[in-house]
Amino acid sequence: MPDIQTHEYDVLVIGAGGAGLRAAIEAAASGASVGLVCKSLLGKAHTVMAEGGAAAALATVIAQDNWRIHFRDTMRGGKLHNDWRMAQIHAQEAPDRIRELEAWGALFDRTPDGRINQRPFGGHTYQRLAHVGDRTGLEMIRVLQDKAVHAGVGVHMECTIIKILVGEGRAAGALGYYRESGRFVWFRAGAVVLATGGIGKAWKITSNSWEYTGDGHYLAYDAGAELIDMEFVQFHPTGMVWPPSVRGILVTEGVRGEGGVLRNAHGERFMFRYIPEMFKGDFAETEAEADAWVTGDRSRHRRPPELLTRDVVAKAIVAEIQAGRGSPHGGVFLDIASKRPADYIKRKLPSMYHQFKELAGVDITREPMEIGPTIHYVMGGVRVDPESQMSTVPGLFAAGEVAAGLHGANRLGGNSLSDLLVFGRRAGLAAAEFAGRQGRGPAVPEQELGAVMREALEPFERADGENPFAVQAALQEVMQTYAGIVRDQAGLERALAELGRLKERARRVGVTGSREYNPGWHAALDLRALLTVSEMTVRAAAERRESRGGHTRSDYPDQDPALERRLVVVRREGDGMGIRWEPQPAIPEELRRLIKEGA
Amino acid sequence: MTQTRRLRIFRGAHGAGELREYTVEAGEGMVVLDAVHRIQAEQAPDLAVRWNCKAGKCGSCSAEINGRPRLMCMTRLSDYPAERPITVTPMKAFPHLKDLVTDVSWNYATHRRIPPFTPRAPDFPDGTWRMFQYEVERAQEFRKCIECFLCQDVCHVLRAHGKHAEFIGPAFLVRAAAYETHPLDIADRRDFLKADGGIGYCNITKCCTEVCPESITITDNAIIPLKERVVDRHYDPLAKLWRALTGRRTG
Repeated sequence: MPDIQTHEYDVLVIGAGGAGLRAAIEAAASGASVGLVCKSLLGKAHTVMAEGGAAAALATVIAQDNWRIHFRDTMRGGKLHNDWRMAQIHAQEAPDRIRELEAWGALFDRTPDGRINQRPFGGHTYQRLAHVGDRTGLEMIRVLQDKAVHAGVGVHMECTIIKILVGEGRAAGALGYYRESGRFVWFRAGAVVLATGGIGKAWKITSNSWEYTGDGHYLAYDAGAELIDMEFVQFHPTGMVWPPSVRGILVTEGVRGEGGVLRNAHGERFMFRYIPEMFKGDFAETEAEADAWVTGDRSRHRRPPELLTRDVVAKAIVAEIQAGRGSPHGGVFLDIASKRPADYIKRKLPSMYHQFKELAGVDITREPMEIGPTIHYVMGGVRVDPESQMSTVPGLFAAGEVAAGLHGANRLGGNSLSDLLVFGRRAGLAAAEFAGRQGRGPAVPEQELGAVMREALEPFERADGENPFAVQAALQEVMQTYAGIVRDQAGLERALAELGRLKERARRVGVTGSREYNPGWHAALDLRALLTVSEMTVRAAAERRESRGGHTRSDYPDQDPALERRLVVVRREGDGMGIRWEPQPAIPEELRRLIKEGA
Repeated sequence: MTQTRRLRIFRGAHGAGELREYTVEAGEGMVVLDAVHRIQAEQAPDLAVRWNCKAGKCGSCSAEINGRPRLMCMTRLSDYPAERPITVTPMKAFPHLKDLVTDVSWNYATHRRIPPFTPRAPDFPDGTWRMFQYEVERAQEFRKCIECFLCQDVCHVLRAHGKHAEFIGPAFLVRAAAYETHPLDIADRRDFLKADGGIGYCNITKCCTEVCPESITITDNAIIPLKERVVDRHYDPLAKLWRALTGRRTG
């Protein structure tokens, strides 16, 4: 076929962050030939920006920690909406995945007796995050990158996948283009693993980079797979708010884990007023007790309320700002300077120190930071089998942020990095098995590939068409305004109407210049995925008339017991988006007891 | 508070091109990458530039700003006088692709050549080791590297003399140092560093240390100790004699 490169692999992994790399390593270890597609350069995926750490009940610091408590924390943090089996597998396997990473060369911070140190984080009963200062993601991705490269994985950098081809009822492969040349590439594969991350670029204030346009969510949807939980989007409580150019950039939860406190404009530590019923009794009720926990004996004192789950903290911050108690630039204050000595802060949070100093001119060892919520993570995504991570399309797998289930209605900090390792490995293993059993995917007719390529090149035929960046910016504005941290029916309906108009505009975007490294063209192609994931989020959010975890409705402010463990399922039906409700399987009695009564 | 700023950006492909001047409205705190993005979004959608994190953590947006290798996301416009244009050009030490983007694939191929991490046998039957914070910290300095390749760009061995085939460059001497100082690693990389690595090409001008956005003391802490280890192995006459007599390797 002209103008197209072809590769064949047993397993094709799309996405080269933690989940993709871990899947590729495992598939290669089981003897499969593996191709790995990176949207950016290798080692630059989102995982590299992860700061705080990876949650695993290693019990190196608090001896009584175990998988049961980690499971319980995950389910409670997810408002019992999680896939219980994924939450169980995750809690049980995370410690092995961390130790394995150490055997591959990761150097985590240590306890005084030489074991892997663990840091406290929101929603975790005990200090549980294996970490490397505040650059845990960098350490993880470098180790996985090394391992994958030496395992003989075929790496395709700066390559964007635009279509999963399906034939004979299974995934057949993927078609994409290389950014550098603008040339198309067809990967025929026995199994395809999606590890493409999230959708945060659909919002204006985001901690996510240009890559996070919901590619995997869209590709799976387009291929006919089911998606669930798309209404659950995590707003990280602490993004930078000033200066405007850095708005949204992440400030690690590790700042609070290391003792940082939240204050409003009156200097009040307001989080004491926002402890939800479910967690009453688990958190310190006075500043004195919270401070004693930070510096003293953690088994005798309760945690500071700043370490409540992210959904709770983010909403509290919004409430403070709305009540007129915000900071000068529309956030609140995060203060560690008054709680820890300067050299401690610089040692434990070096990149935060650097980031504020360079970008905001703020010395966090001397003055408080101004922070506010920023879009960070999507709990929803491709519906997968908890054991194998296979989607509802045979041969199509998903792991990491693009997959749904583990985190329920709200993800705990630290559970993402361990998610990537646990389910990346499982997806790689199952994909290799599938490819071994079923062989290469069916050949795809040339005209089918040709049609995808022709459509992708259409923007070049409209040199006077609308600027794709303008449409992207308009979309971000709509999602920020109507599908942000607090939603209501009227706003969501307005968003849906606006998205319809934006779809029209997207059909008319044009690009100029050559196909070589042309960001305008790339943005034009990304619009399809962005618009589709935005529509999924808005439709699912309109459907769920309650507030739960990362989904908050001002017109339905309470949790509705009738909607507990009920899923909003999204699936393509012809050219339209089908939505339906479905109950989740019941949690086994033994585990239900564990969640309720404790381990 | 906005201000009009002028940027001169290299536009062109495969080395051929010119500096083109753009005018952009600059808000408070804006960095060079923001200005480049604004130009891309409003005036030149096909302007090629790499970026990811916008917070100095991923090392994607390397370029030369007024001739100095820097991360565009960590360089504030306000650091430069408002009346003069800021010049942004691609890294010089790598083949040019388009506008601000260069072909950095040589770095990935080079990385692969370094003998990988090789741990000693586990300390305990459960497959784990014990390491102490002070040991770990020694290696952590080198593990901060975000692979922005600015040190490679500034290094005259690569930039001016094009010794890419003979010399792995400061970035991968840092990586080698990260393995060598890893408390568990037992691989011997001295032969690699001397022959394939071309460590002798480095004549300690310390330009790499100056441009490192992660403030890694590349020359003093990574390269010089590696050079010493290589020298100890290859030029120590007593060790040489010992090896000749016993056929065994030393330290």
